[in-house]
Order: sequence, then structure tokens, then C-alpha cells
Amino acid sequence: MVSPILELININKSFGHVQANKNINLTINKGTIHGIIGENGAGKSTLMSIVFGLYQANSGTIKVNGNEINLKSPKDSIINGIGMVHQHFMLVENFTVLENVILGFEGETVFGEKLKKAKQDLQKLCEIYNFNIDLDATISDLSVGFRQRVEILKSLYRGAEILILDEPTGVLTPQEVDELFTILRSLREEGKTIVLITHKLIEIMDLTSEVSVMRQGEMVGHTKTQDTDKEKLAEMMVGRNVLLRVDKSESKKGEIVFKVSNLTVKDDLDVMRVKNVNLEIHSGEILGIAGVTGNGQTELLEALSGIRNVEGGSVELFGEKISDKDNFLNPRMLKEKGLAHVPEDRQRMGLVTDFKASENLIFGYHDQEPFSKSSILNHKKISEYSNKIMKEYDVRPNSPDLVTSNFSGGNQQKIILSRELNENPKVLLVGQPTRGVDIGAIEFIHQRLIHMRDRGAAILLASVELDEVLSLSDRIIVMFDGKIVGEKNNKNITDRELGLLMAGVTGE
Amino acid sequence: MSSVVVDKAKVPWWVSNVIVPLVNLTLALIVSGLFVFIAGENPIEAVKLILYGSFGYIQGFAYTLYYTTNFIFTGLAFAVAFHCRLFNIGGEGQAYIGGLGVFLVAANLSFLPVPIVWLLAIFGAFLFGAAWAFIPAYLQATRGSHVVITTIMFNFIASSLMIFLLVDVIRDTNQMAPHTIKLPKELWLPSFESFSGILGLKIRYSPLNLTFLLAIASLFFVWFLVWKTRWGYEMRAVGHNAQAAIYAGISPYKNIIIAMCISGGLAGLLSINEILGVSHKIQAGFPAGYGFTGIAVALMGRNHPVGILPAAFLFGILYQGGSEVTFEMPNITRYMFVAVQGLIILFSGALENLFRPQIESFFVTRLNKDVKI
Repeated sequence: MVSPILELININKSFGHVQANKNINLTINKGTIHGIIGENGAGKSTLMSIVFGLYQANSGTIKVNGNEINLKSPKDSIINGIGMVHQHFMLVENFTVLENVILGFEGETVFGEKLKKAKQDLQKLCEIYNFNIDLDATISDLSVGFRQRVEILKSLYRGAEILILDEPTGVLTPQEVDELFTILRSLREEGKTIVLITHKLIEIMDLTSEVSVMRQGEMVGHTKTQDTDKEKLAEMMVGRNVLLRVDKSESKKGEIVFKVSNLTVKDDLDVMRVKNVNLEIHSGEILGIAGVTGNGQTELLEALSGIRNVEGGSVELFGEKISDKDNFLNPRMLKEKGLAHVPEDRQRMGLVTDFKASENLIFGYHDQEPFSKSSILNHKKISEYSNKIMKEYDVRPNSPDLVTSNFSGGNQQKIILSRELNENPKVLLVGQPTRGVDIGAIEFIHQRLIHMRDRGAAILLASVELDEVLSLSDRIIVMFDGKIVGEKNNKNITDRELGLLMAGVTGE
Repeated sequence: MSSVVVDKAKVPWWVSNVIVPLVNLTLALIVSGLFVFIAGENPIEAVKLILYGSFGYIQGFAYTLYYTTNFIFTGLAFAVAFHCRLFNIGGEGQAYIGGLGVFLVAANLSFLPVPIVWLLAIFGAFLFGAAWAFIPAYLQATRGSHVVITTIMFNFIASSLMIFLLVDVIRDTNQMAPHTIKLPKELWLPSFESFSGILGLKIRYSPLNLTFLLAIASLFFVWFLVWKTRWGYEMRAVGHNAQAAIYAGISPYKNIIIAMCISGGLAGLLSINEILGVSHKIQAGFPAGYGFTGIAVALMGRNHPVGILPAAFLFGILYQGGSEVTFEMPNITRYMFVAVQGLIILFSGALENLFRPQIESFFVTRLNKDVKI
């Protein structure tokens, strides 16, 4: 009954000295959702880029429906019914959906009959799969989730039978993820084959029927999803036992360190994003903020760290008022008072990616001794410090002079964490500490946060990963539409309760 | 789609910072040679003339270094602002206004001891140049008016302002031309010919003067500022990622203004060379395009003092050698050398990455092979 639609036999690919794929064998059956899972840099994306014709393998065979094919460019794979949705979308922002989908396949010089037909075909496709897209909308007006649908539509319109999705949920909100999964399931119902590349175990368990695991360029296992579980998959990915649930002791709650009263904050467009928020954090506890992205968490953290102005209300640190509408301390002054901030978006805010690692390791502390004295930087001290701290936080490679953009996402995150945690802050604001970070590093980052807590820091953690909030926090608050809609002790809360609160359903 | 993938971390510094610029420069010169050939002259002869004109005799060499001095100032001026990602193309106007500072100090404070007047004149040049850059900087920092637009407009405003002053306010009233009176002779900076006796050389006249040493000192100053101080660090942070700078408590507003003022000040120093060193008065239009050529110098020198020095020297050679060529070859006009400059900007600026991947991957594979054996 099951027939293989795509077969990869002994695929090898290297970039210079780095062998990204070693003797890969993979069989994907028609009409299934097949997951490929592995840490960042395991070679998943390279493999799929070979299948899509973006790279050529050094050796090996690719078969579609049993016939050997030769892929020289994406055009060849499109002809063979292979479509790919990239992590970063390839859309022309100021074109409409229709224009983007037919781009390169217009079929006529002056638009007329064929365009009309294309539109009808597309409308039909949209109906079959419930895409709910306005074909005449401009891409720049669409949300990320809709843009992704346009990419899928593009592949389908070009006759894709096999659809490859590279980390499709990395940029989506939880609702958008659900909608995407619904679409993927209906595609499978219609007989399409889907290859899902991800490093999120939960998606594999949710969606796929078969899963292949990659580690360091090699395929380390194939299995039916029903025969495995998250722990087993994680172990295969990392190559050792991984603690998915964080091991932590009861928190030793101390005095109130950080107190926020009636805080309101506006965003850049003057929209009220944080509405009358009250919260208190004690020393030695982690307060988690759960919530769907865009419900004010970003603005809350930015206001608390001094980046964004406060519209109303006040913030107190050890009983001393540090910010209100008229007076607020800038980030540097707050740092001096013992407040550290790990920002949500590390590349946009936490790092200067063009700087050397050592320069980023002192970022924000560069005007303090021993890094500088009377405004002159002490490069010797900076590099001694960098070497030491990169070893301590296991930043790889341990080269302080390397430009930061050359580090992987997880290691960039470690650079930020080592910088912010090393000063022993009394209050730590953390946003999305493990976004885009692989499992090995997540474990490390979680342990560090717990360690900080046990040393008496007051930690405010905002994350869209519900698992993360649940496993790290001692208390959890839920934000919805800029307001705190619920506060729970971590011991007596269920995923379902949290989910309802996050969706704005209040009242017990 | 066949782009060459190079592991940037493996490229040796000298490949990207020496070999690639040299290849680009060579290409620019080859195309320039083609132009010379089309104009009906022998390119090889032209190169010989350039080299003779700029190195062949001591006076020519002195001229080369005099031009180099100006290019160092304007090149550094552009580079400092660029580290904060600001395109200050107003070096021309900032140098012009800087001249006003030099003249006002020297003409009004000539009763002070000469070295003090010189120091104050340097200060005046820097301050006036910085002040002229401050206005566009302020507009950029507070209102987001792009400095590319405002600085180029400020070049025209500076030009008009100076013409007005030179015609109606500070003109030497004993003659018709728009320039000021000459400064007292004791304030003139010692020129190269006054040293030449000590060196056992005998030359009649050269514009090269003590300002050359100020230019060399400025190279050190910029290197120290940008890479060794907290201010340089903050400027670069703002330039690369203003959002992150705010997060780290670094003010983009402050740093935009500081970077532009230092940039304008450096451009202003050009007037020390021109006024205290050479003409000893303000002449209409004395910056004569050095401000613009400084952009090319900075681009070629990759905005680093170590690169700006040879780039400024190269443009010195082209200026001095070029005038020799136009003198000897009737078919070659001085506009031809403007075209040569343009080609250098084209190849080392706009087409900078034309051959970079190929060159880099060539060396990376070569060098790694060596390691294996």
C-alpha cells in the first residue's frame, strides 16, 4: 500500500572541510507527513536544499516515484513536483498575492486570458484547502502566517506533490501554528506528501507519522512517530540524555525586590500596549509571563528596562522609585542599580552582530572598570575577561576576536546571557531566552536561570514557549491585550487553564 | 545561482584588506589606460609621466605630499562619520568654513606668540568645521533629516556664505578679486623649502609644509579614537545597530552629533594646509574638490587610517602626476583625471564585491591545501 515517492540514496555534501551531509539515506512515502528533526546545524536544511536543487550533492542518487532524477536547479525540482517553503519567505513585498504566485510562470507577455485563468485556478485551490486568502491583497499588508500560506499556495500552483517546509513555525504565533497544521493535514488528505523540517519535538509528535533524526550531518534513525516519544527523540538528536523537565528545588522566596504599580506603556505607533499592570517579584523567585506574542510582553519588558518611556504608573526597586511618567532612568543607570535585561530579539537588540565577540561581551558595561578607564578601553583586560567567560559559558568557538555574526544562534544567546548574568544582577528581565536555540543549549540556559534564582535574584521571564514558562517559573501571570488576566501558582495549574487565559477567556 | 560560498572566518586579513583593493585599483587603472589609448595617446607613456611627475624630481614629490596632506584630512573626515554609518559628503563645505576659523584666529590674535597662534588656528579650523557639521548632525539626530541631503546642501550654503563674506565683509579692499589680505609673514607655517637646506637639497618653491605632520598626527588620533576609546566604541555600536545601542544605554542622538562634529572638524583642518601653509589668505573656492575626493580616499582605504594613508598618497600621485600628463600630452585634459578618479571610486566602492568572492575562495582553498600537505 505504501509506495515511496522520494528516495535519497547515499547523499554526500561538503562545504570546504565541513561535511554537512554524510551518506544520507532517506525514504519518504506518498501521502505522509514526514518529520526531519535535528539540532541547529545538523544538516537538515542542507539536505532539503539539495532535494530542492539549490545545492548539488557531491555524490548520491535522488529518485522521485522510482525514477532517478538529476537536479541542477530549483526549476528541475519544480518540474518533478517538489516544492519548498523556506524559513525566510521569498516574496516580493509590494506585489499582490496573485502576482507573487504566478511570478516566473506568467505564460504571456501582456496579461489577459491566462491571468484570469490563473486567478480562477488559485481560487479553486484556496477553497479546497481553506486558505482564506484575498488574491488581490498586497504582501506587505499580510501577517507572517498569511505570507507563509502564499508560499504554500505558490508551490501547489506549480504542481508540487512533495512539499518541503523548513522550520515553518519559527515565526508564527500559536494560533497561526494551529491554522498551519490544519492546512497541512488537509493537504495530506488530498494525497500530498509533506516533509517537515524542525527542531521542535512537540510538532513532530503532533503532526507526523514518520520521523527521521539527523545529528552532525548523519541520519541517526528513522522511526514511526507512534513508536517513540519526546524523550527518546531528544536523546537521539543530542546523542545523550536530556532533561526536558528542569530539575529545580523549591524557591526560597525573600523580600519584594521589584514592584510595578499601575503601569501603562504605549508602543511606537502610540497604541496602548500595557494597561494598568501590577506585579511584584520577590528575591529568589522566577515570575513567568505567559501569553501569545503581541499582548504587551515586549513593551512591558522594554519599559521595565528603561528602553521605552512609561506612560503612567511607577516601578520600584528595593522600595526606591526608579521610573514613572516624568522621571525614568535610562538603561545604563538601571544596570548600575543591579538590573539586567536579556532582550527578546538578540540580533536586533542584544548584540551588535558586526562586533567581535569580545566587544559584545562588554556591551553596556564597556564604560566600567576594568574594561575602560577615563574613557580609554583596556583591550588586554577585555580579552582576558572574554576568554575566561566564554570558557565558563561554553561559547563555541572560544574565539573572542571572531565577529559575532559567525556564531550560531545558540552561542550568540550564550554571549548575551554570560554578559547579563555575570554581573550578578539583583533583578533579571528575560525575554524568549531560548528562541531558535538548540536543545543542548536550552538545557544549559535553563540551569543558569535556576542557578541565578537560587542565588537570590528576582527574575521576570517572558516566553511564548508554554513549556518553558511552566518548567521554570515559581509563579505565572498571563497577559492578554496588555492586561494581566490571571495569576497562578505553578503547582496548581494545567496547560488547559493557561491556554484559556492566554486566549482571553477569563472567569473561572 | 552559482555564487561562491566562502567561509569568512577563514579569509586571511591581508587578502580582503590588501589583495582585493589592489586588484580593484589595477582594474580601474587598466580601464583608465584604455581611455588614454582612445584619446590617442600611449598609456605606457602616460604612466611613465605620472611616475616622473610625482616621484621624478624633488619638487614634484613635494607637491605629491602636499596633495596627500589634504586627502588625509578629508579621507579621515569621511571615515569617522562612516563608522557611525553617516555619509558625511559635506567635507567640502566644512573645510571652507574651517578656513574662516583659521583666518579669524590668525588675523585677530597675531599679537600672541606664533606657536600659540598656530595652535589656536588649528583649534579654530576644527571648531568651525565641526560647527558647520553640527547643524546637519542635529537635524539628523532630532528630525531624521538625512545627512546625505543636508550636508550636500550645506556645501552650497557654505560656498554662498563665503563668497558673500569675501566680497562684502573680509575682502582685501586694495584689489578687486574675492580674497582676504595676506596674513603676517611670521604666521606662515614653515614650508618644505625652508627645511630643504638642512637636508642638503635645493628647491625653489613647494606648497608642502608643516601641516603634513599634523595630518600624520590626525591618522593616529582617528585610529585611537575609533578603536581604543569608549567614544569610538559607542559610535560604532550606534552605526551598526542603533536599537542595540539604546538597549545598552548608549545614546544614538549624542553619538550622531559627536561623530559628525569630529568629522567636520577633521575636514576643517584642510584649511590649515591651504591658508597657514600655502596661500596665507582665504581665496574663493579653496577646498577645490578635496572634500569630495576624500570620499574616494576613505572608501579605498576601507575607512581605516592604515588604509587611508596609502589611498591619500595614491590620489596625491594621481593629482600631481596627472597635471604633468596634461602638460605634456595635449589630448589629455585635466577632466580625464576626474574620470580616472571616478573609475577608482567605481571599482573600489560600487564594484567592490565584483571579484571579492572569487579572490577570497581562491586564497582560502590554496592556503588550506598548504596546511594539509
